[in-house]
Amino acid sequence: MSVIVFAEIDGDHYKKSSLEAIGYGKKLANNLNVSCIAVSFANLSSSAELGLYGADKVVQLNNSAAFASDQGADLFSKACSQLGATVVIVSNTYTGKSLAPRVAIALNASLVTNVISEVDLSNGFTVKRGVFSGKAFAYTTLTKDVKVIALTPNSFDLSKDGAVVAVDSLEVSGDNSKITIERTEKASGKIPLTEAEIVVSAGRGMKGPENWNMIEELAGLMGAATACSKPVSDMGWRPHSEHVGQTGITIKPNLYVAIGISGAIQHLAGVSSSKTIVAINKDPEAPFFKAADYGIVGDAFEILPKLIQALKN
Amino acid sequence: MKILVCMSVVPDTTTKITFTDQNTAFNAQGVQFIVNPYDELAITRGLELAEANNGTVTVVHVGLADSEASIRKALSMGVHEAIRIDASPIDAQFVAEQIAPIASGYDLILTGRESIDYNGGAVCGLLGALLNIPSINVVTKIDFAGGVFSFERDIDGGREMLSCAGPVVASAQKDLCEPRIPNMRGIMAARTKPLQVLAATDVQTASKYISYENPVAKSGVKLIDASNAEQLIHILKNEVKVI
Repeated sequence: MSVIVFAEIDGDHYKKSSLEAIGYGKKLANNLNVSCIAVSFANLSSSAELGLYGADKVVQLNNSAAFASDQGADLFSKACSQLGATVVIVSNTYTGKSLAPRVAIALNASLVTNVISEVDLSNGFTVKRGVFSGKAFAYTTLTKDVKVIALTPNSFDLSKDGAVVAVDSLEVSGDNSKITIERTEKASGKIPLTEAEIVVSAGRGMKGPENWNMIEELAGLMGAATACSKPVSDMGWRPHSEHVGQTGITIKPNLYVAIGISGAIQHLAGVSSSKTIVAINKDPEAPFFKAADYGIVGDAFEILPKLIQALKN
Repeated sequence: MKILVCMSVVPDTTTKITFTDQNTAFNAQGVQFIVNPYDELAITRGLELAEANNGTVTVVHVGLADSEASIRKALSMGVHEAIRIDASPIDAQFVAEQIAPIASGYDLILTGRESIDYNGGAVCGLLGALLNIPSINVVTKIDFAGGVFSFERDIDGGREMLSCAGPVVASAQKDLCEPRIPNMRGIMAARTKPLQVLAATDVQTASKYISYENPVAKSGVKLIDASNAEQLIHILKNEVKVI
């Protein structure tokens, strides 16, 4: 019996969200009295270091073929079965989300996504998850023998008190993917929004796309990802992939800075789980000030240069 | 080309979410329900593809009779026929297992990226696995040429261009299309379009919702004077220690 964690890479390193998942898996494995195994498709020299974050063992799948959801899920599911998975943990990334449902069916498991709490084993197997796009939380009990859990990134602290562990390889095989990956485009060095610890977001108050250089400069100095409100993405000022809110992406960074966004209920839904929220708006009545920890009432075009200058100093 | 779109019905985006029965059930009183916004994109793109390829679009919904107004809306957008599976949805797995038995024989199955109530984003992958066909989530483009579907989809930090022969299931993300607004002719026609009601099949439940809660409200904003905006950076660095 084991807790299996899917270790996902971004280029040449493991994703922080996967390291969080390993720490989560280790705690759960301890409570279940089983081992925590990190499973990776990647052949990275840093695989052994997954032990530092809690993995008792790392298993590398020999098949590092292009990762389409059907084939990837099939191979990963087979590995989970061979390793005696009782719980499978992934991170709620696009990759994790494409994998988890297929793995759940393959293992006849209960599936839960958007998980933001540790597992409560006191009465069955219960977790807390985000629902209604950030407007509420729900407690759900998983009732099948095997469970697949997808964790919301940035929900769990990293622990790095383990030791380097052995990396085993495992032979798994299956049908070829029916999907052909024609091309992949990745913005290099860009922090994925859902995993960013700091997010600088702006709305209609910026008046036009030509003014985003200030937002990008501020974000760059803070090491932040950039985001935007729905009207801004609807008008095509920014790509839809930056739209946070109820019908966009729900995020949970340590710091969310909202500039020129009024704070409609749909927007707040997507960002209200952020640990610290800063609102900058010229309208003192903007609803965002009720949802923020810190606020500045004033013109973004006067405030932003001051913030940028302060960060440079 | 036969296209199936899985549709859910959700509270309007402006809804303030509250709960009843000691926080064990969603409080639907006074709530306006709508077609899930991502499902509207799936329906619209499904219709465009069907129109270009001499096809039909069927919507399927797992829910009780009170969702029929939303199903009629889908029909008024141009959908040819609808199926309602008569059950109160328990979770994504329940929904996918209800839909799977009626989902064979379609070339393309579409879902929304996620429903904006339970946000699972899982039905696409679950259906793919249950039907043993490929699943492609968060697609922003779907085209069809030479018997093959081509997709563009969001991936972490970028996008991916894929191709795949049908049958295939995909989930609709923003940018796929502009949602179609029903016209008067569509609304009239929807009244007499077929809406078949099927009994639910027995499935093993995978989860059970126990209770709900709302987020804790912030304790109050600390305002910083605009003339002294630099102070924000000082606070974030030295007090909150987040940058």
